[in-house]
Amino acid sequence: MNTNVKFVQGNEACVEGALYAGLDFFAGYPITPSTEIMEHLALRLPRQGGKFIQMEDEIASMCAIIGASLTGRKVMTATSGPGFSLKQEALGFAIMAEIPCVVVNVQRGGPSTGNPTHVSQGDVNQSRWGAHGDHAIVTLTASNHQDVFKMTVEAFNIAETYRTPVILLFDEVVGHLREKLVIPGKGKIPLVKRLRTAVKEGTDYHPYLPREDGRLPMSDFGSVHRYNVTGLFHDMWGFPTDDPQIVKGLQRHLVDKIENNANQVLNYKEFYLDDAECILISYGASARSALHVVKNRRLRGEKLGLIELQTLWPFPNQLIREKCEKAHYILVVEMNMGQILREVKNAVHFPEKVFLANRIDGSLISDGDIRNILRIVQGKGV
Amino acid sequence: MKIERCRLVFSGSGGQGVITASIILAEAAALYDNLNAVQTQVYGAAARGGSTRADVIISNAEINFPKVLQPNVLVCLTQESYNKFYPIIRPGGILLTDARYVKLNRKVDARQKSLPMYQNVMDQIGKPIVFNICMLGAVIALTKLVKPDSVMQTLSTRIPPGFLDLNRQALELGMSLGEQA
Amino acid sequence: MAVKDYIRERFFPHIWCQGCGHGIVMNAMLRAIDSLAMSKNEIVMVSGIGCSSRISGYLDFHTLHTLHGRALAFATGVKMSLPALNIIVPMGDGDALAIGGNHFIHAARRNIDLTAIVMNNRIYGMTGGQFSPLSGFGTKETTAPYGNIDHTFDISALSIAAGATFVARTTAYHVQQLTELIKSGILHEGFSVIEVMSQCPTYFGRKNKLGGAVEMLRQFKEITTPKGSKAKQANPELIERGILHQTEQPEYCNSYEQMTALAQKGK
Repeated sequence: MNTNVKFVQGNEACVEGALYAGLDFFAGYPITPSTEIMEHLALRLPRQGGKFIQMEDEIASMCAIIGASLTGRKVMTATSGPGFSLKQEALGFAIMAEIPCVVVNVQRGGPSTGNPTHVSQGDVNQSRWGAHGDHAIVTLTASNHQDVFKMTVEAFNIAETYRTPVILLFDEVVGHLREKLVIPGKGKIPLVKRLRTAVKEGTDYHPYLPREDGRLPMSDFGSVHRYNVTGLFHDMWGFPTDDPQIVKGLQRHLVDKIENNANQVLNYKEFYLDDAECILISYGASARSALHVVKNRRLRGEKLGLIELQTLWPFPNQLIREKCEKAHYILVVEMNMGQILREVKNAVHFPEKVFLANRIDGSLISDGDIRNILRIVQGKGV
Repeated sequence: MKIERCRLVFSGSGGQGVITASIILAEAAALYDNLNAVQTQVYGAAARGGSTRADVIISNAEINFPKVLQPNVLVCLTQESYNKFYPIIRPGGILLTDARYVKLNRKVDARQKSLPMYQNVMDQIGKPIVFNICMLGAVIALTKLVKPDSVMQTLSTRIPPGFLDLNRQALELGMSLGEQA
Repeated sequence: MAVKDYIRERFFPHIWCQGCGHGIVMNAMLRAIDSLAMSKNEIVMVSGIGCSSRISGYLDFHTLHTLHGRALAFATGVKMSLPALNIIVPMGDGDALAIGGNHFIHAARRNIDLTAIVMNNRIYGMTGGQFSPLSGFGTKETTAPYGNIDHTFDISALSIAAGATFVARTTAYHVQQLTELIKSGILHEGFSVIEVMSQCPTYFGRKNKLGGAVEMLRQFKEITTPKGSKAKQANPELIERGILHQTEQPEYCNSYEQMTALAQKGK
């Protein structure tokens, strides 16, 4: 048997993707339903010379990966709802100080301790707005193990390209279910290496002066350029400042570097959209159920299509607007009270045609749940 | 494999190896028999005891919705799980129970197979730890879902070589019980 | 090198009030580092938030000015990643022991090779004089106008109990001893805590009628005594200065290396 074919949980598919991308530092704290990620890395990283540390809490894990990233490593932490809440302050630090890192949130029911062993997609908005202050963030998700792998590699690539934290927003169903994963050969998926400065020792290095393309070449802690990293607004040397011009400039830069490159970080899949009269929009585990419905209905000749979002943030407004232009109905399928629904309504020209098929009881939304809403939307009764 | 898509639910109490058996079956199908398979399980806070459930879907086509609502095959290894899950069996499906643990006291539109699996494991092998593999043998004999050899190959990647023979005996024992049923 | 050569002049003037003890500590820290003849490139200074935490930005090392209380967690990531680096963590008493208390005891427990210099001025200075966990019962602060009912930690006893393998204490008055203790702390392989009693004449001194910086420094001289001195036997109220605790225990990054070697052999 090919050893690159595995039958694994989604959490392990994430581990494989991270290692493929070059992860060599992980810090974490146990929390259901993401713990398998740290368990596998505790086994794998020491074997290949990487670093693994179980920290005293969720906050410390987030802080530790930022510290390690500054020495030049590719870093990740993994958590679930309550831990994700705790990490927000340090996540904001990584945004402000422009530190590449990947944060996995395998969602469970919330708020608070919520429904630890059951599925939910309630952290979509938190992943966008969890950190205080104006900022932009990239959030990716996936519905099957091959895509979990792919999006994990993509997360590392985006983190390195834009010097930003990237959030991988998975859910309990995808994290825990087992299915086949084929690990691509080395080089099959291109990897982004950290961009390091070419400035020589003794020459003034500006760690926070973006190049023309917006990228900031880094210098590793321990090498020849000594500079300051801070969570305060700072100038091109990393020195704290409250100069209004510099504050405004940095604020704009932090948002623009992501928002202006939204198309570069856009990932999605589409199914049967060409002649679709009713378009389902879904993501994560919900998209599995949505695709199930779409395929079954197509067999009966009904013109259903599906957009599966893999980049949730920045939200692909234009894509949704264009793809949904001719649809009679749009049905957002998710396991929360309408977090992506709101974005879709905002994006399209006809928000009154957008409906929600959701489930919030901790069970995976089923094809039956979606069919029931479809019947109502199509005026076929309850 | 005869059917295009088979949905199975394995239930019992924590520690009976129900979840492990479900993983082995799904992995055998996915990695060695060139089929699609997904496995999910119910998570709770307790590691031992309590009721447990694992779902497996095996198909020649892509599997999107991964949970089982109405199983073609329902395995219940405790009375509690039988009482809880018997209503979900798909009409005409197979309901496999262990004769020692479960009394068949419900009317079900399914082929109810009560096999003395535990008793045979204890009499012929003497090691309760392979009860789950015996059960798996019975499932394979009743459904022909995967090749027995695929199960053995899967087992060889999971357990020390010294225990393989024990598991093979249990698998074959289960298969013969299943075939006689 | 001159002390001046370690300073980022671009960053000055500093934010500290006249008479603040933190500048004295920074000076002693630089003298200690200079006497060890370490390359500036191998020193990382990681700090949190507060008056004392601003030290990192003023100095020409790799500097990481982080979040309130989290400096040791960030520092742990840097050290684990590159154990060859020397990591110094200047901290305030609130930063280290209130909001950062959990990170503090766990860094000590791991015995990871970091040097924590806790500048204990018994007050939150940057926010304007609120009580800290080190203020003490009966003291007055803006958030304890009727007298503080919170009891204090003993930083050194806490550090020893938590597993720190080098624990020392002195004051901003005893600058030569301070330099020596910081030097020993940096050289010690394991988690080192140096508690420095530091004066905040602006808030703690004023609120508690302790006089100005000179009077506060004089008090440091009067209420402390070298460890094991006869004066301590005669007056148990005196606070001991010096190395209070030093042991050899496996250092965390070393243990990780050994564990890694084992993992690689077993694969």
